[in-house]
Amino acid sequence: MHLAAADLAALIALCRAEIDRHGAHLSALDSAIGDGDHGANMRRGLEAVFAERDSIARLPLPAALEKIGLVLVMNIGGAAGPLYGTLLMELGRGLAAQGCGEDFAAALERAVAAVARRGRSGPGDKTLLDVLYPVQAEIVRRSAPGHIAACARSAAQSTQAMQARRGRASFLGARSIGHEDPGASSCALLTAAICGYLAEHRPL
Amino acid sequence: MNARAAQPSAPAAANVGIVIVSHSPLVAKGAADMVRQMVGDCVPLAFTGGNAEGGLGTHVAGIAAAIEAAWSEAGVAVFVDLGGAETNSEMAVERLDPARAARVAICNAPLVEGAVIAAAEASGGSSLAKVVATAEELSPR
Repeated sequence: MHLAAADLAALIALCRAEIDRHGAHLSALDSAIGDGDHGANMRRGLEAVFAERDSIARLPLPAALEKIGLVLVMNIGGAAGPLYGTLLMELGRGLAAQGCGEDFAAALERAVAAVARRGRSGPGDKTLLDVLYPVQAEIVRRSAPGHIAACARSAAQSTQAMQARRGRASFLGARSIGHEDPGASSCALLTAAICGYLAEHRPL
Repeated sequence: MNARAAQPSAPAAANVGIVIVSHSPLVAKGAADMVRQMVGDCVPLAFTGGNAEGGLGTHVAGIAAAIEAAWSEAGVAVFVDLGGAETNSEMAVERLDPARAARVAICNAPLVEGAVIAAAEASGGSSLAKVVATAEELSPR
């Protein structure tokens, strides 16, 4: 995958706008089963990335992704900071290690596995991994961006039926069932925004 | 809230340091007060609580600063409350150079009781491994 600096800067702006637009909703989802700060934390993280978008966009894609991950870690905080940060940093490192023969799907698979280790979580635990796993599978299949976006949204919705086994929502036991996981929700929003951009600007 | 060194800790640098990480600045400070009451200033001690804006939460920079403030060549034992405090502490440790990171342990122990008992153990000059083991005896296996 090759992205021009202008594409990367535009994607950062798009992700920031998407999180800003849905921040209150993300916090409301988090209030239902957690501590209610997911929207505010994600906004803080994306604002920080947005502030550095010009210098980030000038980097080669692997280094840019790693830098975005670091900025997210240092600014989101909460439970999501280490998870999103690990995802982006490992994705960047994975792509860098591959050199010219970039295999985005393979690097993403390893990055998602690193997120699972960081959160000590797996499929069905009602976390953002329940979006990342199906998205990663669609990318392996080289699905169209529109299909990947729809898959991400549907995966986030499917966390409603799950009982949380990690994070503060797990303290609620069965009462966590019936609420969409805020991390899965933000992950689907960002995935859909990125896919929408790629479908429009860079037909695969 | 930024990390605070609870007391000047220069004379005690041979003992294992203690770091307290809570989502709440007040909990972090209160736990540190209890540690200080127990061991005086013979153990390096620092605490951090709250997110970057001072609200409830945790953040990597604050945790990194606390580890720096409580640094001891004997190592540092970190005590955390809820999930994000643990994973953000992991990120802070991983950002240290590897030789230092190997001398920081995030303890699986209750925040207040763990920090107090670890500090008591550290005040006798115990190794990092011994300090961590003593605190982790408090947690059910």
